[in-house]
Amino acid sequence: MYMGAIFFPAVGALIAGLFGRLMGDKAAQWTTVFFMALAAVCGAVNFYNVALGHAPTTVELGTWLDVGGMQFNWALRYDTIAAAMVAMVTLISTMIHVYSVGYMSHDPTTPRFFSYLSLFTFMMLMLVTADNLVQLFFGWEGIGLASYLLIGYWYEKESANRAAMKAFIVNRVGDLFFMLGMALTFWTFGTVEFDGIFQGVAAVQGQTIGGMPVLEAIALLLFLGAMGKSAQIGLHTWLPDAMEGPTPVSALIHAATLVTAGVFLMARMSPVIEYAPNTLGFITFIGATTAFFAATIGCVQNDIKRVIAYSTCSQLGYMFFAVGVGAYQGAVFHLITHAFFKALLFLSAGSVIHAMSDEQDIRKMGGIWKKIPLTYAMFWIGSLALAGIPFFAGYYSKDFVLEAAFAGHGWTAKYAFVMGMIAAVLTAFYSWRLIIMTFHGKPRADHHTMEHVHESPAVMLLPLLVLAVGAVFAGALLVENFVGHHWMEFWNGSIVNQPGNHIMHEVHEVPSWVPLAPTVAGVIGIAVGYLFYMFMPAIPGKIAATFPGVYRFLLNKWYFDELYDFLFVRPARRLAFWLWKVGDAKVIDGMPNGAAALTVAAAGRVSRFQTGRVANYAFTMIIGVVLFVSIFLFGIGR
Amino acid sequence: MNAAGFPLLTLLTFLPLVGAGILLFIRGEEAVVAANARWTALWTSLIVFALSLILWFSFDKSTAEFQFVELHQWMPEFGLSYHLGVDGISVLFVLLATLLTPICILASWESVQSRVREYMIAFLVLETMMIGMFSSMDMLMFYIFFEGVLIPMFLIIGVWGGQRRVYAAYKLFLYTLLGSLLMLLAVLTLWYMAGSTSIPELFKLQIAPSLQVWLFLAFFVSFAVKVPMWPVHTWLPDAHVEAPTAGSVILAGVLLKMGAYGFLRFSLPLLPQATEWFAPFIFTLSIVAVIYTSLVAMAQEDMKKLIAYSSVAHMGIVTLGIFSMNHQGLSGAIFQMLSHGVVAGALFLCVGVVYDRVHSREIARYGGVAKVMPVYGALFMLFTMASVALPGTAGFPGEFLVLVGIWQVNPWIAFFGATGMILGPCYMLWLYRRVLFSKLAKPEIKALLDLSPREYVTFAPLIVLTLWMGIYPSSFLSFFEASVAALLARHEAAMALPRLAGM
Repeated sequence: MYMGAIFFPAVGALIAGLFGRLMGDKAAQWTTVFFMALAAVCGAVNFYNVALGHAPTTVELGTWLDVGGMQFNWALRYDTIAAAMVAMVTLISTMIHVYSVGYMSHDPTTPRFFSYLSLFTFMMLMLVTADNLVQLFFGWEGIGLASYLLIGYWYEKESANRAAMKAFIVNRVGDLFFMLGMALTFWTFGTVEFDGIFQGVAAVQGQTIGGMPVLEAIALLLFLGAMGKSAQIGLHTWLPDAMEGPTPVSALIHAATLVTAGVFLMARMSPVIEYAPNTLGFITFIGATTAFFAATIGCVQNDIKRVIAYSTCSQLGYMFFAVGVGAYQGAVFHLITHAFFKALLFLSAGSVIHAMSDEQDIRKMGGIWKKIPLTYAMFWIGSLALAGIPFFAGYYSKDFVLEAAFAGHGWTAKYAFVMGMIAAVLTAFYSWRLIIMTFHGKPRADHHTMEHVHESPAVMLLPLLVLAVGAVFAGALLVENFVGHHWMEFWNGSIVNQPGNHIMHEVHEVPSWVPLAPTVAGVIGIAVGYLFYMFMPAIPGKIAATFPGVYRFLLNKWYFDELYDFLFVRPARRLAFWLWKVGDAKVIDGMPNGAAALTVAAAGRVSRFQTGRVANYAFTMIIGVVLFVSIFLFGIGR
Repeated sequence: MNAAGFPLLTLLTFLPLVGAGILLFIRGEEAVVAANARWTALWTSLIVFALSLILWFSFDKSTAEFQFVELHQWMPEFGLSYHLGVDGISVLFVLLATLLTPICILASWESVQSRVREYMIAFLVLETMMIGMFSSMDMLMFYIFFEGVLIPMFLIIGVWGGQRRVYAAYKLFLYTLLGSLLMLLAVLTLWYMAGSTSIPELFKLQIAPSLQVWLFLAFFVSFAVKVPMWPVHTWLPDAHVEAPTAGSVILAGVLLKMGAYGFLRFSLPLLPQATEWFAPFIFTLSIVAVIYTSLVAMAQEDMKKLIAYSSVAHMGIVTLGIFSMNHQGLSGAIFQMLSHGVVAGALFLCVGVVYDRVHSREIARYGGVAKVMPVYGALFMLFTMASVALPGTAGFPGEFLVLVGIWQVNPWIAFFGATGMILGPCYMLWLYRRVLFSKLAKPEIKALLDLSPREYVTFAPLIVLTLWMGIYPSSFLSFFEASVAALLARHEAAMALPRLAGM
């Protein structure tokens, strides 16, 4: 069971990848779906046993590395947080596999696609069940690879290639810090295995490195790593571009799973991070800023997938500031509910794109809700959950996260609460802007496209329905265990709050207006959205015209890409070229080239005598030997 | 005599030479000679490889002592002897050489059509030199093999190379000549001091720190050129570009390891104070190598040149690890040397595959190859990922251990060394994108055929190794665990002595 949940996807990936072309598309697709479904069943059983049955366990698979006191294994660590993640990942991945059977049906190389999807799932599962930092890094880099392959799946498109490379490289910036974090962890704790690290925390609290408490340094390095994978402000630029990949990829990777790896890492390392108060403050600040910043951009984007991508970025910000105020449980709770409704939203968007003959620009949509009613309903459910409307999944988790921010200590927590509230309004606003522009109003697509608008096949709708169930009920079902009265037994020590951190209790003691506030914010956002885009569609244009600077600033995504291009990309290119043409060719090669030219000229003359280049070398060798022999013959050696 | 009961290392070293001798006597039509030469060379190298597997199975991993030792007095009055043996550090390099040679011969099966017999002779002689160098326990023998390696390599590049082969061959020659003369001086000095060239005898020497500095410099010049370290690296891209595919494979796979091996075999154990003293200097050069050559790699328009520059960057990680002087760093460096041998070799083979078909190394001539050669695309991706040190592939354990090791020395060095993690994918993925991805538009690319059965066979061992070394590196690391520990213990002891003496 434990092995199955992790390795079935790998089996599927291997079969589809190696024999896909022999088996044919259909067989390869359904093989991966079959193995994913098996994994999902295992994942659900494991969740029941481990998390609900309070029976954590670790499955040892074998030694990975053992060098001079550094030793770690391949192992599957099943505790509550891992089991919850495994269950979520396998379930959503299965749904997305099924959906892809329909969505990718016109693609010529589907076995490759399904192989990548399953490979990704396997790597993600290795990440969440790692029992040491290096195995976590294995999964971490593995999902990076799978993400690269999937974003660049349509590799004949230059934009897809560019986005894929960007994703890999920007992630690598974070990974550099992760790597250094592992090094520091090893020299601090003498191990990279979680058990050893967690037990050693008390002993190393006084230690410093470069004037900084060592736990702060480790937490900071790991967080910088997490920022890359989880697209936090500064290292977020790859995520919107990643929408170049096929839509099921966006749903699985860039919404539900991969991007949450950073949040998972923080929760996993909570026993260490808890003792790094300054870093926690920094995490809160970055998370809150990301939540706000991404939401503002989401309000003006016109690509259906990019809007949802920025929304993902923003929601990840929520998860991080929950971590920052010490409410890791809330972060993981939001992670799980978000996975359901965001996957639902993305797949619904995919369904829309499918219906609109691959159109993604919402300015060219509109007036299609009657033609694809089920997709429309799904979009509503996803958006309601995202906006935090009562009793949908997002309501419970978002409420909790915002309450935790309110209850948190320090100015960063207050800042997070304010930013979170503003972002909540914006979230609801852009969600309904999206719904209205996509489905309502006059059709803006050409006649030909409109004729072809059709509801997706059952194989795509079924996963939507399953995810919709999750988006509606996941919050209500999980709230008691994740953050409610049973949280202590449920988490069973897999997430640690330090003794001075009472956030999990303080959340329930906030003033009575606080729990209501997110709902109100959501309703306001929806109302404004309706007002602007349904009833008075002239307003948005007027606002944009009144504040052209602000509008352009948002439309150009706060100019991050341009800034990086200016600061890093172009100077690196110029420097690279200069080092090659001047550094290598002129400076370093200058001298030997002169010498070589001379020799070659000489050799040209010699080679007429058929002795050529060999002779030269042999000659020198002989001189060497002669020197040698003569030296010891003449007794100098003695 | 040794565990195998017969002179295994002698056999390994000189069997290729016997094969080369047989090749000399092949007579007949040119095509017949060529075919016979190919098969003879292949069988010779396969037999050598099979024999070398004895090392893999019966090497005792629990000790740092030299094993499979063969000692014959040669000129005892001068302290010269025929002395072969392997320890944990060298044994895997012998295996690497015996593995890569048959692969190289297979890779040249069709691409080399002129003077096939001479080509195969050159390769077999090269194999003798490589194995001899890694198993020498006598410094003079080491020197002869170390320099001797260059003769066949020089010929392979100079005769079967590309357009500017003469230039490249001479550049290689001039650079290494400079180093070897200085190294000769160092060898002579040590010989004079110890009265013997036996490496175990030399290890007993206590060399005054002031002399150590000079000896270190003399060795350093020679080894640094071979590694190659920045700024004496520029011979490598030219040599790689002009060399035939198999030449590049062996150059990247084994020859680049000679310099680093020299550091491990001589500089570290013989000159501990100087090693300590020069370490910061080496770190600086290594970091510059990582960043500088990675950047230069990004600007390349020639596939082989790009991979050649990446090799310099990877060897920068190796020198960082060697001079970190702790267990993780040293083990990581040795592992990285092995993995780079496999991965860079495989990448050059990958270039060779398309070069054989299109006869161009220019990146711009390609595009969309993955569409017509999907299997090739998958392999190239695997080796690309290994090159950028993705965990689970051969590239990761070495880089990880080196960075962990060097962090203990100085976190900033680790930081700058780790920038290779970002720059590596910049140039490798850029290469992959331009060659394998993007639109399939060029007619000559559209007509390409995927890998042939011979190419599958050539790649198979490298694929297995790349994954094996990534997933279960312990089976390789365990070989040199004891030797690295012993080397460190020696170093600690040597560093403690002068302090006790009040220095």
